[in-house]
Amino acid sequence: MKTKRSKLIYNCVTFGIIIAAFILMQLMLSAGSLSRTMKGQLIPICCWIVMAVSLNLVIGISGELSLGHAGFMSVGAFTGIVVSGWLLNAFQMENTLLRLVIAMAAGGLMAGLAGVVIGIPVLRLRGDYLAIVTLAFGEIIRNVLNCVYASVEGTSLRLGFLNPNLPGTLLLNGPNGAVKVGKIATFEAGFILILITLVVVLNLVNSRSGRAIMAIRDNRIAAESMGIPITKYKMMAFVTSAVLAGMAGALYGLNFSTLVPGKFKFDQSINVLVFVVLGGIGNILGSIISATVLTILPEVLRTFADYRMLVYAVVLIVVMITTNNPKLQSLLRTPAQRLKQLFRRKQPADGEKGGQAA
Amino acid sequence: MSEVIKRRAETRMVPVPSHSIVPERDLGSQPVLETHHLGIEFGGLKAVDDFNLTIGRTEIAGLIGPNGAGKTTVFNLLTKVYQPTTGTVLVNGRDTSGMNIVQASRLGLARTFQNIRLFSNMTVEENVRIGLHNQISYGMFSGILRLPAYWKKEKQQHEQALELLSIFDMQDLADVQASSLPYGAQRRLEIVRALATNPSLLLLDEPAAGMNPHETEELMENIIRIRDRFQIAVLLIEHDMRLVMGICEGICVLNYGKVIAKGTADEIQNNPVVIEAYLGRRKEG
Repeated sequence: MKTKRSKLIYNCVTFGIIIAAFILMQLMLSAGSLSRTMKGQLIPICCWIVMAVSLNLVIGISGELSLGHAGFMSVGAFTGIVVSGWLLNAFQMENTLLRLVIAMAAGGLMAGLAGVVIGIPVLRLRGDYLAIVTLAFGEIIRNVLNCVYASVEGTSLRLGFLNPNLPGTLLLNGPNGAVKVGKIATFEAGFILILITLVVVLNLVNSRSGRAIMAIRDNRIAAESMGIPITKYKMMAFVTSAVLAGMAGALYGLNFSTLVPGKFKFDQSINVLVFVVLGGIGNILGSIISATVLTILPEVLRTFADYRMLVYAVVLIVVMITTNNPKLQSLLRTPAQRLKQLFRRKQPADGEKGGQAA
Repeated sequence: MSEVIKRRAETRMVPVPSHSIVPERDLGSQPVLETHHLGIEFGGLKAVDDFNLTIGRTEIAGLIGPNGAGKTTVFNLLTKVYQPTTGTVLVNGRDTSGMNIVQASRLGLARTFQNIRLFSNMTVEENVRIGLHNQISYGMFSGILRLPAYWKKEKQQHEQALELLSIFDMQDLADVQASSLPYGAQRRLEIVRALATNPSLLLLDEPAAGMNPHETEELMENIIRIRDRFQIAVLLIEHDMRLVMGICEGICVLNYGKVIAKGTADEIQNNPVVIEAYLGRRKEG
């Protein structure tokens, strides 16, 4: 990612791959050639892609290790479920698409608020300390959600903390989570959420604010000396990432008929971190690919039953080793370079009319 | 030595009340920087003590001294990287006590670093654009939604960045990653980046370190050219005496955190205290 032109190409490739994959999936869906497990994985894959890309904004672009990303996802998920249930029970809103959109917006908003509240103390810290505190906050969010009860009575929404005796229809039941959630998430919504995420993250990175965020990552003191307020821009990256995670969470929550807070444990945060690290820190396209592959992999390996997590781990380690091995890298690079040369050889023939563009 | 540099000798330095000197042409305007009894202690060690300095609006001043004299500490005090334990710093007449680095920068201080601190993963142009951050600005949402403000200001930033880079003839390197520049060019880029913040005082920490004599000579001319073009003051720390004596109008010598001499290049060169600080005293007998 050096020149403006290569950045543009990178962005176009990223969008192109996502759109192509979506069209391919739609074709396969209409042809009925997708297995049931794969169909069930489509929406979660969209959610995990958004999670990975949004975490990459914090880790790769802002340079802070955050281990509480699943916390924001759970805030979004349960907000989405409550809002969707409230709209359905109180206002008889049958339009699932509208409900989904409102639920996702609400999920993003609440997760963003959580991001602000957590960001204020956490972003004063650096490095390992920040990682530990975000980890703790992720756990705190989960434990708080374990104690939250919500119900709808008439048109009013009632919330209770540690108090399960709420009147009306119960939406959230503390540690038992959400019950009777309408499965209203759609693959199209997931696709659009990915597009929104990509637009937000890629446009942010290539703007004044994004450059400030990266400058702080590269050299904090120099950035400050240039008059860049550190807290503001760290907060910007952190909260944007939280909002996106909240929206992904709402979509994720509305894809299941039941959901418990225990689903968003520490290991989910680590899972997303694995997507980011495997895809390459700061590499958005890499996050997308690794989130997809690593979400499908455990499902495909289900036939191996007991050994599937073992194989998953081995695959992870092998990928890490190969992508860091210079010899293997050059082996992998050669075909790519040959392809590039092929294109270059063709270019002059096409480009001669265009003048000195090349 | 070139024509531009020779002009230094024509500058007449006049004393001001704070036991300092400024060029005669700057007498009418407010000094860009004044420090009064500035000092900092690190656990009992007085790294800088009773530091008084006044810099005229368009002065090129030098801060010299043996290794460990506290020169960079002075820079860190001026730019608020450290908070002073005693004394005050006035930038353009405004007291900076209680301010942080960002606020001090907005008052008109810009600096380069002894150990280069570029944004190494970003391109040369992006580095300069960070300097322009507060000069040409638009909000986060204009950036994400690509509103008209984004296109307009990005274009302005691009043009201004290239213009600033052209001071050092670096406009062709705009798309190169900052870390892959040669050492001398990295130093020059730091100066351009600092200039982009539209400062009234440019602080240069060893700008000629690692440069060959030819590059140093070019740098000297460029520092004078920058001062003339932007009408700013420059305070520089440097060990290369050819540079310091060549372009600095007022020179301040620091040793063990204390000012031991102030004056013009000729006065400093013949000052016995300065010679002793640098070379030591001849053993009697």
